[in-house]
Amino acid sequence: MNVTLETQDPITCCDECLVRPGNTNCGGCGMSVGLIMLDRALKSAGQKCQLVIPACCGIVTAGGYPTTGYSVPVLASTFAASPAFASGVAAVRDLNDEPHQVICWAGDGGTYDIGMAALSAAAERNEHIIYICYDNEIYGNTGGQRSSATPPGARTTTTPVGKQERKKDIMAIMAAHRIPYAATLSIAHPEDFARKLDTALHLEGFRFLLIHSPCPTGWKSEPAESIELVRLAVGSGLFPVYEVLDGWKYRITIKPNGADPLEYYRRQNRFPAAAMDADAVRAEVAGASARLARLAEVFPAG
Amino acid sequence: MAIEVVTGNHAAGYALSVAAEANRVGRGAACGIYPITPQTEIVEFVARFPFTKGRVIAVESEHSAMGVSIGAAMAGARAFTASSSNGLAYMTENIMVAGYYRLPIVLAAVNRTLGPPWNIWADQGDTLYLRDFPMIQLYCETNQEVLDSTVLAFRLAEDSRILLPVMVIMDAFILSHTQMETDLPEQDLVDRFLPPLNLPHQLRFERPTTVGGLTWPRETLSQRLEIDEAMERVAAAYEEHRAAFEKIFGRDPGGAISAFETEDAEAVLIASGTIASTAREVVRNRRARGEKIGMVKMKMFRPLPGEALLDAMPRATKIGVLDRDYAAGVGGVWWHDLRAAMQGRRDGVLMQDYLTGVCGGDVTPAMLEEVIDDLLDRRSAGKPVWKGIDR
Repeated sequence: MNVTLETQDPITCCDECLVRPGNTNCGGCGMSVGLIMLDRALKSAGQKCQLVIPACCGIVTAGGYPTTGYSVPVLASTFAASPAFASGVAAVRDLNDEPHQVICWAGDGGTYDIGMAALSAAAERNEHIIYICYDNEIYGNTGGQRSSATPPGARTTTTPVGKQERKKDIMAIMAAHRIPYAATLSIAHPEDFARKLDTALHLEGFRFLLIHSPCPTGWKSEPAESIELVRLAVGSGLFPVYEVLDGWKYRITIKPNGADPLEYYRRQNRFPAAAMDADAVRAEVAGASARLARLAEVFPAG
Repeated sequence: MAIEVVTGNHAAGYALSVAAEANRVGRGAACGIYPITPQTEIVEFVARFPFTKGRVIAVESEHSAMGVSIGAAMAGARAFTASSSNGLAYMTENIMVAGYYRLPIVLAAVNRTLGPPWNIWADQGDTLYLRDFPMIQLYCETNQEVLDSTVLAFRLAEDSRILLPVMVIMDAFILSHTQMETDLPEQDLVDRFLPPLNLPHQLRFERPTTVGGLTWPRETLSQRLEIDEAMERVAAAYEEHRAAFEKIFGRDPGGAISAFETEDAEAVLIASGTIASTAREVVRNRRARGEKIGMVKMKMFRPLPGEALLDAMPRATKIGVLDRDYAAGVGGVWWHDLRAAMQGRRDGVLMQDYLTGVCGGDVTPAMLEEVIDDLLDRRSAGKPVWKGIDR
């Protein structure tokens, strides 16, 4: 079930692979797996893409000029403006009747925080672009500072005793724009992941995908446990895996399996054990899961 | 050809639109737009224009407006936008990117005082502060010059020897909202002047690159050096395109500098924008009284045409620089830069700065008479002289 880098032949995936071997990404990086999954989905759909990447680990993946770790054209954007840059690229694509996808590939800092205005505006205009946020819940590229995607309790270099605030519900915000498609993806569930990418690749308009992206460096976790960690996040309900069509039709695609959220916390050193209120965490997760389940029941997608 | 009575904003909007429309035989035109007083009518004009192959995207900020135009240009389209004042300040990060990405984007800028406080009147500080970025800056004196410079700007920007954004600049209200007789060229003439854009570094699948990724100091240095070499070529390229413009449109869009009565002038005023019109009239009157005074209108600020300026005033011993801007702790930006251009070449010249019309005040003939009197009486240059206020 697990799909990891190791199952790929590093030679055959060289020139044809969206992200080439030899990049400097960390071991256990969820973003790297996400890029490989994106590559497979594009190939499976017979589509090509141009990437627009703001400041984030994804642009570091390209490596040093004049080489590039990507086999597709990549435009680095300013931190706050990837949806704007992509809107321009996509407009010219459409004016020239070209079929390729224009995809923003951004971290949570560029999505939840500094890029929020441009993201909201591009979604509101329903631009024909795919926006993929790989959410590692931290400013990873700068060494691990809090973002508004950082979960409560997590220690970062700017929340030394653990973050006091909730994680921003980006999916609710994006759904509120009534975009054609918004979905959460987990690298621990590759079939669901691939199906959602394929769905996005065959829809018109603004499509928002959120990947829960483990970051062993920032999460202070074991690289080999990355997939297991995000599987626990799904199982416990901490990271609900669902999709929202047209902003109001919900479908939970992987249901929580009753795993204990505390197990997820215990396996990452970013969460100081002493600061965690187990009952409060369980209650919070249960409440969010119940709310989402109710939405999917009352406003089902198909 | 149709002579119409239009505002500077209308002239700029028209020029941007027909220039972009001319690329319908290429990859089309696209841009991001965002309103701000006093340039709003430019983007409104553009939004109404019936492009054959173009898209105008009304975005949520100036930062994104330039972002869209960068994406469009990188995909091979003719791209442009417009802004003013704090809008330019908010757009700044992406203005810088347009330059460093060597994108031939034309930016119509209407000079408005940077805030706070809230002041909508003319002051060049909002464009002059962008002086260190790879971008050509052209300041205009009339609505016709706005139109002509904007059309010319695309050809200059897209010249493969240059490939730099060009900012075409006018004073708030004095031009932007004032109607003047302006010759609005027909589309077919503009088509003849502007061949389709062929951006050499357009995003392409055949040779995928990562544009703007990590680049080592030595490679970045070579990119900066290339910008410097392109800037060096601007003066000659501008003259070529100016001649081509005159051939097709039948009028001179104006030189990088325009000298008036400077051959034998001992005292010279240097002005830009609409202040040049007032300065020229005052100088004409003083000339009539037998005084050896001249004036130079600076159209191009970046790259700074220092050599041309020196050649234009061989006998000047006193220069008065009229600055409609104030750089904190320095004085006028034009004065500061022109003084540096003189260094080692014309060291004996007295260069005095006059802060005229800063924050949008009127620059009257009487004020410039005072400036000339002060300049002629001077034995040495002093601190910048603030005009329009008692102190």
